[in-house]
Amino acid sequence: MVPRATFMHELDILNEEITEMANASKKAIEKAVQMIAENDLTLKDEVRQLDRHIYEMNERIDNHCLDIIALHSPVASDLRMISTCLKMVEDLNRFGRYARDIVELMDDFEEGKAFKRFESLRTMACLVVGLVDDAVYSFLQRDAEKASHLHERDDAVDSLYDTIFREVLTYMMEDPRKITVGIDLILVARYMERVADHACNIGEYVYHMVTGERLDPTKRTGHVEPVVACKLFDHPSPRTELDEK
Amino acid sequence: MTTAIHAEDLNVYFDKNHALKGVTMDINKNEVTAVIGPSGCGKSTFIRCINRMNDLITNCTVNGKVMVDGTDINDDDVDVVDVRRRIGMVFQKPNPFPKSIYENVAYAPRLHGIVETVDGKVKRRKHTKQELDAIVERSLRRAALWEEVKDRLDKGGMTLSGGQQQRLCIARTLSIDPEIILFDEPCSALDPIATSKIEDLLVDLKKDYTVVIVTHSMQQAARISDRTAFFYMGEMVEMGDTKQIFEKPARELTEQYITGRMG
Repeated sequence: MVPRATFMHELDILNEEITEMANASKKAIEKAVQMIAENDLTLKDEVRQLDRHIYEMNERIDNHCLDIIALHSPVASDLRMISTCLKMVEDLNRFGRYARDIVELMDDFEEGKAFKRFESLRTMACLVVGLVDDAVYSFLQRDAEKASHLHERDDAVDSLYDTIFREVLTYMMEDPRKITVGIDLILVARYMERVADHACNIGEYVYHMVTGERLDPTKRTGHVEPVVACKLFDHPSPRTELDEK
Repeated sequence: MTTAIHAEDLNVYFDKNHALKGVTMDINKNEVTAVIGPSGCGKSTFIRCINRMNDLITNCTVNGKVMVDGTDINDDDVDVVDVRRRIGMVFQKPNPFPKSIYENVAYAPRLHGIVETVDGKVKRRKHTKQELDAIVERSLRRAALWEEVKDRLDKGGMTLSGGQQQRLCIARTLSIDPEIILFDEPCSALDPIATSKIEDLLVDLKKDYTVVIVTHSMQQAARISDRTAFFYMGEMVEMGDTKQIFEKPARELTEQYITGRMG
């Protein structure tokens, strides 16, 4: 008989729940980005539904973690895993909210095509989806190495945000009629930049969960995974095999 | 931090059974040190070495050193009665004497008497009634029992509740002013309220004494101890700050035990 069988069963269920939530959050971001890229407004309802589902999962996992702490007194790696789940659900929930915020901005937006044309935003979306994908992957695979490099890739997202901000500002100054669409573009970029920050938070939690050490987010190793040609819009779900886990 | 007890290459055999295997560890003064591990891992055997309680077992052989204040307590010229006066022990099951509450506490001081130096000569004399009264009150207060029993000191110790009996046993240990107190699963027969009182008492006692506790409850070890030692199959696997042991143990075996995957 497995020692502490009930406790182990609860941990297995928790892992399944967080996997489901992580995949839903990842999908929400991907769909929102896909909507920008393809100006496909039919994806809006799907993102809204995903956001609702993510919110419900947040509450369910939060309650489940508290139950496990109260009933099973976890310690060491088990405690770190539960603490990670408790914090991670907040970030995953934010993925859902930002995905929804992005698609709401596209609502009734005649000039949505401007998003599609805006190449910097596409590149940023590609980076952000990659970060989210790897943050979720690092949790599912307990990959501290991958988790430790997310901050370095976030630097690229941050500088892209600055670039987009300056670029859009120039357009708006040149033609005041572009202010509305310009502000929306900046907001979308801002939401994506925040999504990348939340992905980095997950990386920090995962690193602590796996190693027991705290990751210093200010440290940079200089190791940045090269951004390969972005095939995001051809393959909206870059790591679909995780959906099955 | 000053070392109160230093065990070095401590081996215990019960006939051919090697119960404790080369244990080397330090126990700090004025700290609570918890010893945890599965049944039969040698944790009780270890603390029984600290005040030579294993001497009472005929087929037991002890090798190695247990240094207290620079003296190996296993040396031939060491007075075992003095060792047990300096190193008190409280057991799993409360075991008050079948005497009054007062007599339970006064018994040991009365037996030991007072050692005084008069005119350059060491003399042992009996306590006066006032001195014994003072010791009884001080010990019962220190064991957080005085307020509950001060009006019925002449009543039998066995009439108290389990938790009170255990605190009476602690008061009895304190009455001869030990330096170190060993607790062998002192709360295993107590309810949560009585357990909580004993735990608070242990934390308070470390101000004046060195406390070593063997416990099966890992939560108890986590709650009250400063340092924790994990024993497994007669070996001391890991010792460290309690926080470190329960948050990030260095050894995989410790992790497996405290997370309940083994044991």
